[in-house]
Amino acid sequence: MNTLFSLRRLHAIILKELIQMRRDRVTFVMMLGVPLVQLILFGYAINLDPKGLPAALVTASQDQYTRAMVSALENTGYYRFDYLVDSAEKGDRLLENGTVSFVVTIPGDFARRVIRGDHPQILIEADATDPSVASGAISTLSTVAAQALLREQSAEVQSAREKARELEVVVHRLYNPEGITQYNIVPGLLGVILQLTMVMMTSMALTRETERGTMENLLAMPASPLEIMLGKVIPYLMVGAVQVLVVLGAARFLFGVPFVGSMPLLLGGIAIFVMSLVLLGYTFSTLARSQMQAMQLTFFFFLPSLMLSGFMFPFRGMPDWAQMLGEIFPLTHFLRVIRAVMLKGTDFVTISNEIGALFLFVLIYAGLALLRFRRTLD
Amino acid sequence: MNVIDVHDLTKSFNGKTVVDHVSMAVGRGEISGFLGPNGSGKTTTIRVMCGLLKPDTGHGTVLGHDLLTEGLRIKREVGYMTQRFSFYEDLSIEENLAFVARLYELEPVGQAVRDTLEDLGLYSRRRQLAGTLSGGWKQRLALAACLMHKPSLLLLDEPTAGVDPNARREFWDEIHARAADGLTVLVSTHYMDEAERCHRIHYISYGKLIASGTVDEVVDNAGLFTLLVTGGDLAEAQKRLRRIEGVDQVAPFGVTLHVVGTDHDKLEAAVRQVSSETGSQWTKGETSLEDVFIQFMANARDNMA
Repeated sequence: MNTLFSLRRLHAIILKELIQMRRDRVTFVMMLGVPLVQLILFGYAINLDPKGLPAALVTASQDQYTRAMVSALENTGYYRFDYLVDSAEKGDRLLENGTVSFVVTIPGDFARRVIRGDHPQILIEADATDPSVASGAISTLSTVAAQALLREQSAEVQSAREKARELEVVVHRLYNPEGITQYNIVPGLLGVILQLTMVMMTSMALTRETERGTMENLLAMPASPLEIMLGKVIPYLMVGAVQVLVVLGAARFLFGVPFVGSMPLLLGGIAIFVMSLVLLGYTFSTLARSQMQAMQLTFFFFLPSLMLSGFMFPFRGMPDWAQMLGEIFPLTHFLRVIRAVMLKGTDFVTISNEIGALFLFVLIYAGLALLRFRRTLD
Repeated sequence: MNVIDVHDLTKSFNGKTVVDHVSMAVGRGEISGFLGPNGSGKTTTIRVMCGLLKPDTGHGTVLGHDLLTEGLRIKREVGYMTQRFSFYEDLSIEENLAFVARLYELEPVGQAVRDTLEDLGLYSRRRQLAGTLSGGWKQRLALAACLMHKPSLLLLDEPTAGVDPNARREFWDEIHARAADGLTVLVSTHYMDEAERCHRIHYISYGKLIASGTVDEVVDNAGLFTLLVTGGDLAEAQKRLRRIEGVDQVAPFGVTLHVVGTDHDKLEAAVRQVSSETGSQWTKGETSLEDVFIQFMANARDNMA
């Protein structure tokens, strides 16, 4: 009799897990409902390039140059002038209590200086406690301001020679020309949602048996460690597949994220990623003694991988050691795969390193789990 | 050849010896009772014998398979019923049995389940979730599950704890019927009446096997004498007897006092004296298995202290 692996025994365990999953209604609904709710919530909520930020205008004058400057700023989409105040103190107070993100001060002699050609100045104070809020708005400023004045001063003043000397920098925003945050966030969210649900669910796989006292019986029956591992993990792969369909469907139809690349390559990458997640969760369940411990392990893992994977913050912006640390998370590699395939249309060869890394995780976790699995109660 | 034949089994956890050089032999078709107080090592011994724990030292065979090297085969061929109910409470009786049948690769699964359901009288409740069953039905399900693959050795760990007398009676009838067909059973229990239904008993205390044999052998070898005191002021007699050396146990059973000791002459002298003081009568009595076990426990406490 084959003691290492039998398809029929594997089938027995998968069937049992599926029945238990079906009976546990709340968990079942959560597994399918949570991804959708989170996707919609975060997909719409997170904006890395915030626009229409509240601003206050401090000015005494109503001349044409001032008006031109204000409307130019508003046209960038970053500024929304909610407050018009007459003193710097009032503007500062609004900034301090967080009512506005910017205070734009246009001095009373602005128009006179423009006409005289005497270094006109405007002051923009930004609330930089959150640097990402201010960065987009500020980066547009200098060009906007210069162009606004040019238009107002009639361009002929400038000679053609001067124009020719001007340095022009051409920027192409590739793969996401409009800089739409959702295109970046939604594929990433798929990874994050899968990671949370898959690892958490499977981390309970063995601890639940131990806590309910069924482990002793399971060990007394002829189920091999490999069968138990696969039997526990495969049902969650199925759940993961449903989650993937839900999130990808929403990405396409709700958020209009472009699918540029190859669908089989994308699905293949996702499959390997989910496999690594369920095996990681299962490894946790061989380490933890209780469901509580399993939960703690999951969260201990979850937060760093979220922060260091490049989902929330640019991966290349982190110091080298943090980037190295980030490489040990499957999510990091998965984000590269899904963003590359979905948004850039990358082919297999280009991302084979990342897919290879994910596959390595699968092997490592499976090996670790089998090594850790105790066949006796010792 | 004996179905269980183990020698010098020792098992310790974190430096605490739980099973201490236990040797045991159980013949085919025999029902062996495994007795001892809580925490004496019964469960650990049973787990070692069914391959769930590796012994630290010792050797032997179970069903002819080597305990140290063939644990997996032993696991497959014995039926082990755990002390705590260990089937899936969120699965029905039928689903639990189907799970077991598939794991043992019984063919066809449906037939094996149906036969077992009918055999153990579980058919009418087959769709009920195991978690909603009463103690007696849970025990029946557990028994059904561990009989399913037709093992030739059953290891039962306190199978009747928390089960009503009627269900217990039926359970033992079932066990005896199967033993008559050649099934070997090792069953741990706390109940004296159950011990008396066993062909042989083994008494374990603090990990050490203290006595083995038929009930009569164990009682005879204990070297205890029992006198029965009736009538008069029994409460006073009990109080006085307890203070006299040579009287090891004084226990009231309804209107009778069981007075037990190891030295017959001292015991009789004490009983005679106290009876005359309290106006009671006394006669010779039969030492019961319970008297023997109480004595074992008292001795073990003395040895540890």
